[in-house]
Amino acid sequence: MAHGPKPGFTRWLYTTNHKDIGSMYLWFSFAMFLLGGCMALVIRAELFQPGLQIVQPGFFNQMTTMHGLIMVFGAVMPAFVGLANWMVPMMIGAPDMALPRMNNWSFWILPFAFAMLVSTLFMEGGAPDFGWTFYAPLSTEYAPPSVTFFIFAVHIMGASSIMGAINIVATILNMRAPGMTLMKMPLFVWTWLITAYLLIAVMPVLAGVVTMMLMDIHFGTSFFSAAGGGDPVLFQHVFWFFGHPEVYIMILPAFGIVSAIIPTFARKPLFGYSSMVYATASIAFLSFIVWAHHMFTVGMPIAGELFFMYATMLIAVPTGVKVFNWVTTMFRGSMTFETPMLFSIAFVILFTIGGFSGLMLAIAPADFQYHDTYFVVAHFHYVLVPGAIFSITAGVYYWLPKWTGNMYNESMGKVHFWLAFVGLNVTFFPMHFVGLAGMPRRIPDYALQFADFNQIASVGAFLFGAAQILFLFNVIRTVRGGKKATDEVWENPEGLEWSVPSPAPYHTFSTPPVVR
Amino acid sequence: MGIKRLFAFLTLATIAPGIFAQQTAQDAEEEVARWGVNMTQGVTEVSRTTYDLHMLIFWICVAIGVVVFGVMFYSMWRHRKSKGYQAAQFHESTLVELAWTIVPTLILIGMAIPATKTLYDIYDTKEADLDIMITGYQWKWKYDYMGSDVSFFSNLSTPQSQINNQQPKAANYLLEVDEPLVVPINKKIRFLITANDVIHAWWVPDLAVKKDAIPGFVNESWTRIEEPGIYRGQCAELCGKDHGFMPIVVKAVPEDEYHSWLNDRAAAAARIKELTNKTFTFDELYARGEEIYKSACVACHQAKGEGIPGTFPAIAGSKIATGPMDAHMSMVVDGSPSNPAMQAFGAQLSEVDLAAVITYQRSAFGNNMGDTVQPIDVLNFKNK
Amino acid sequence: MATESSYYVPEQSRLPIFATIGIFLMAFGAATWINGGSSYIFFAGSLAMATVLWFWFAAVIKENMQGLNSDQLKRSYVWGMGWFIFSEVMFFAAFFGALYYIRTFTLPWLGGEGDRGSSNMLWEGFQNTWPLMVTPEQAVSGDAAKVVGPKGIIDPWHLPLINTVLLLASSVTVHIAHVYLKKGNRKGFNGWLTATVALGGAFLFFQIEEYLEAYQHLGLTLESGIYGTTFFMLTGFHGAHVTLGTIMLLIMLLRSVIANHFKPDDHFGFEAATWYWHFVDVVWVGLFIFVYVLGA
Ligand code: HEA
Ligand code: HEA
Ligand code: HEC
Ligand code: CUA
Ligand SMILES: [Cu+2]
Repeated sequence: MAHGPKPGFTRWLYTTNHKDIGSMYLWFSFAMFLLGGCMALVIRAELFQPGLQIVQPGFFNQMTTMHGLIMVFGAVMPAFVGLANWMVPMMIGAPDMALPRMNNWSFWILPFAFAMLVSTLFMEGGAPDFGWTFYAPLSTEYAPPSVTFFIFAVHIMGASSIMGAINIVATILNMRAPGMTLMKMPLFVWTWLITAYLLIAVMPVLAGVVTMMLMDIHFGTSFFSAAGGGDPVLFQHVFWFFGHPEVYIMILPAFGIVSAIIPTFARKPLFGYSSMVYATASIAFLSFIVWAHHMFTVGMPIAGELFFMYATMLIAVPTGVKVFNWVTTMFRGSMTFETPMLFSIAFVILFTIGGFSGLMLAIAPADFQYHDTYFVVAHFHYVLVPGAIFSITAGVYYWLPKWTGNMYNESMGKVHFWLAFVGLNVTFFPMHFVGLAGMPRRIPDYALQFADFNQIASVGAFLFGAAQILFLFNVIRTVRGGKKATDEVWENPEGLEWSVPSPAPYHTFSTPPVVR
Repeated sequence: MGIKRLFAFLTLATIAPGIFAQQTAQDAEEEVARWGVNMTQGVTEVSRTTYDLHMLIFWICVAIGVVVFGVMFYSMWRHRKSKGYQAAQFHESTLVELAWTIVPTLILIGMAIPATKTLYDIYDTKEADLDIMITGYQWKWKYDYMGSDVSFFSNLSTPQSQINNQQPKAANYLLEVDEPLVVPINKKIRFLITANDVIHAWWVPDLAVKKDAIPGFVNESWTRIEEPGIYRGQCAELCGKDHGFMPIVVKAVPEDEYHSWLNDRAAAAARIKELTNKTFTFDELYARGEEIYKSACVACHQAKGEGIPGTFPAIAGSKIATGPMDAHMSMVVDGSPSNPAMQAFGAQLSEVDLAAVITYQRSAFGNNMGDTVQPIDVLNFKNK
Repeated sequence: MATESSYYVPEQSRLPIFATIGIFLMAFGAATWINGGSSYIFFAGSLAMATVLWFWFAAVIKENMQGLNSDQLKRSYVWGMGWFIFSEVMFFAAFFGALYYIRTFTLPWLGGEGDRGSSNMLWEGFQNTWPLMVTPEQAVSGDAAKVVGPKGIIDPWHLPLINTVLLLASSVTVHIAHVYLKKGNRKGFNGWLTATVALGGAFLFFQIEEYLEAYQHLGLTLESGIYGTTFFMLTGFHGAHVTLGTIMLLIMLLRSVIANHFKPDDHFGFEAATWYWHFVDVVWVGLFIFVYVLGA
């Protein structure tokens, strides 16, 4: 099977190669990040000052909704799947993914699904405008007609995710090189294995809840309407049963990436490998029993309120174990600060800050004051932007030389990092303040006392966005050429992926390596 | 890029927002609590306990952060390759790992105890002195004083011209209403919260009350306000286009003042009822209708009656507003049979106001029907 | 863990991109259709999808015949099918969960019991019963109500009981067929598989019978409040799965009868279909208990 890629664009359409598919996922994800980011900039521009300047309230809601949906389903999830496609086979010594044709199918559904989703912006009545959490009955009886297209877009997106996840499970469980026992697997592989299980468990529930919506809207059922004996809150329970594990789907692979990078640049083995594995599994388990912390104000019985509060607080324990392990890995290492390491360190600090605000939100009585304010927006951008996005960025810088055979430009990488770091904090830190001071989320206009911090946040958002242009530029330059990378790329990194040439051959391990 | 230029850029990037902020600080209205960075302590016992709880967790997190980040920065400073530091090779220690599982658990238990207590307090809605029913509508609140005839809607009163930047914004921009909720101080008030269409949430930070208003269900919450004053809040659940424009204003007054207000309100309601039998001229109805339209209909059908294509139909040239009176009355009084967004205003507006707004719609925005409908006709229509 | 030395990685393939176009047209077409547009796109998509699946499975079968599939690859298929079924379980769990929530929380609250019992003030006169014959709206507005409860419900001890027996029996017959296959007895295999398909068909027949009864005589429809909603959504999705499972088994039968497919030691295509069938069976048992028996 010693052959390279086919020439021409049909290489991409028909490919069954995990590297090709991985690259397509990553490029698609970056495109979606820019699109979702531009929508965020519309939001930030409108919120630069009190009063309506740029968009009308209806359109603002469409921007908020599409921004959330595109970032979550279009940017972060596909990016992680892309990294899994590239790295999992290489890390476990497999020739490719277990089910290569299905792999191609999983990818190609996405551009079509998002084309359908984005096309709703041009439909009569506009795009979905009910938030990325699409609470009924705003998303059912009161929704624009385009909601039907949204529902079916979610359906096929979900099919894509489930197939992708099944593929990853099959690959990891079935394709490991001889000697690669479970407890020898790199943490990125572990975290993805567990993430894949989360996906298989919750994506069908998302499909279920949008199906209920479809039935309520078009076929007269009463799931979410009290008049027929249903309950709008039922929607929220089903949605968040999916939705909370979903947010860990967006962070567990990040843990894996950071756990690969920090030891490399600390020149010291990862501290507490097995506790990392157990912690990941505990987080995944707990993620199924905390969903209603998004619903503290819906009027649950107090027993429910308490249960979900305690369970949510518990997640801090395994997550803490991870943070402590990373810090201890750095402790008494011999550190250098290349771009991937900078992003990883920022990840640890800023994700922890986001985790702390998460813990504050978990305290039910306090959440009565925080809920649906910008404090929540600050929380989740801290775990998502310097969490998910930074880890992806770190991973791309870390593995790019292996993928392309070329070194990226280190000083440009560092500038990218510092601009992004500053921009991000300027954007999202003030949101804590306006949130606590009482600014609700999802509003196009606000009272005067929130003006100053909003202005700062808007400036930061443009700075952060501009920084991403550097990233794009750097990646394209590296793909095109540049200083040749060595096979090891970094100083003595751990893992099978560093044992093959840079760039990695089209089919990495036609015969499996033996792992001792 | 040289390290110097990088630094220059970074400094600029950090300072720039400050400069911007400075500038607006000068021309904005005074009075408003600017640069507020923390949760309000509020004016009830619950709001203060909530605040204390918030600060407690906050400081615990800060303390943990200082330790964790401290260790991290220390090793980033000391254990660097550029300083020639040799890496140690240890990679596990059951004891430490056990310790940092147990200690955080204990800290969490420490947080959970006061949180649980506060929660029980907040959930205790028994033995209230006064019940008020709050109903969320797209996009206004309705208050019913249970056990009395008083019931009214509370709409945003900030004029469109301020929102569209044609006029300077007043101090309480977006946080002002035509009719505030008036309540007595030092009484336990129970709120029964529900909604008519979609989910809203009734939130007043100073009272630390935030509860979702869910169509078809009634949620309970309570407060006991200690100081007279005006407390402002906003709807806290995305409820459609004008979610950002449905504020809440609570006016807390001493008890006797509250009672006289309540009596005045009841009398005013009775006066409106009497008007039902009066015959109005076209001009009277048209003028009154314009006012009603501006407060009750403009959010959807827009100032010039042009509607929002695809979502809300135009009144200008509308087949219904220029067609038979019965169909028009039916649409406004009973709402649309096919689209719940067009609510049944029969239950929301008095007969006089209904007659006025219908008359207005038929002759405004270039609709030139020129006919009138009298309050008594509306009453008869309702009773049919 | 891998011990084999080569894993079959297929060459480039046109199948997935066509499958993408197929599924996209189906989704886009379904949305267009439901929103009042034409149904052609949907049917074109379905046709495309069916065609692609045909060729896709044909390709997999051909590869297997050519001996390209190592045991390891077959294990990948096993994992794939297993977790696919698990995802289906979760899909049903969403609907069972909804039923549970409605019965345990929502209806008692609307009826005035429990923590949110004051909700009853909006629905005066509404009583929490199951099956829910009088919807909250009906309790308030009487005949003017838009959502009206059913007049009657399906008696679990007639058609549903028969269907339970049929479906349980079919799980047994398909297992016997499997045993014959493993023994290399083609005739026995074909015979028992035919019986299974027939049982599946009979189940579907009675299910349709039941729906006709519900719609025509009992006033039990999708629109008859939450009882009809949960009843039809749960049994409906199950019925759709039985249909799919029957088609799968039928194809397996035809492959065996016409093309002599499946070897005693190599027949994962058939085995996957039986797994699916057993899964559908288990869901039915859940339905019979929670929807029919405990719902009557
Ligand atoms: C990657 C995504 C991600 C992650 C990882 C998290 C992590 C956490 N989240 Fe977050 N969350 C979101 C994404 C995420 N969240 C999103 C998108 C929303 C909003 C959805 C919407 O409404 O649109 C949300 C909303 C949200 C809410 C609802 C708020 C509301 O609407 O009112 C709550 C409430 O409990 C919450 C809690 C938590 C907690 C406790 C964690 C924990 O996992 C955090 C654990 C980490 C730490 C605590 C830090 C490290 C630990 C230590 C250093 C150990 C020692 C610490 C202590 C003992 C304190 N989150
Ligand atoms: C992973 C997920 C993710 C990511 C990465 C982001 C990234 C960003 N988000 Fe987002 N956000 C969400 C997930 C995410 N968000 C979710 C789930 C919601 C809730 C939605 C809801 O309420 O329903 C939300 C809501 C949300 C809000 C609240 C809206 C509201 O409540 O009304 C705001 C407001 O500031 C915001 C801002 C931003 C900004 C400024 C970024 C920035 O990080 C974006 C940076 C990227 C770019 C700017 C694009 C790249 C650059 C270019 C295209 C070059 C051109 C640019 C320049 C020249 C400047 N987000
Ligand atoms: C929350 C949004 C909303 C508000 C507020 C609202 N309407 Fe409407 N209105 C609608 C919608 C939506 C329709 C379309 C109904 C349909 O398609 O059946 C409509 C339709 C109408 C029509 C029929 C127009 C036509 O040609 O189809 C009339 C007349 C009307 N409304 C009058 C009023 C009056 C009078 C008020 C205020 C007292 C009002 N509306 C307030 C949403 C609203
Ligand atoms: Cu009402 Cu938001
Ligand atoms: Cu959550």
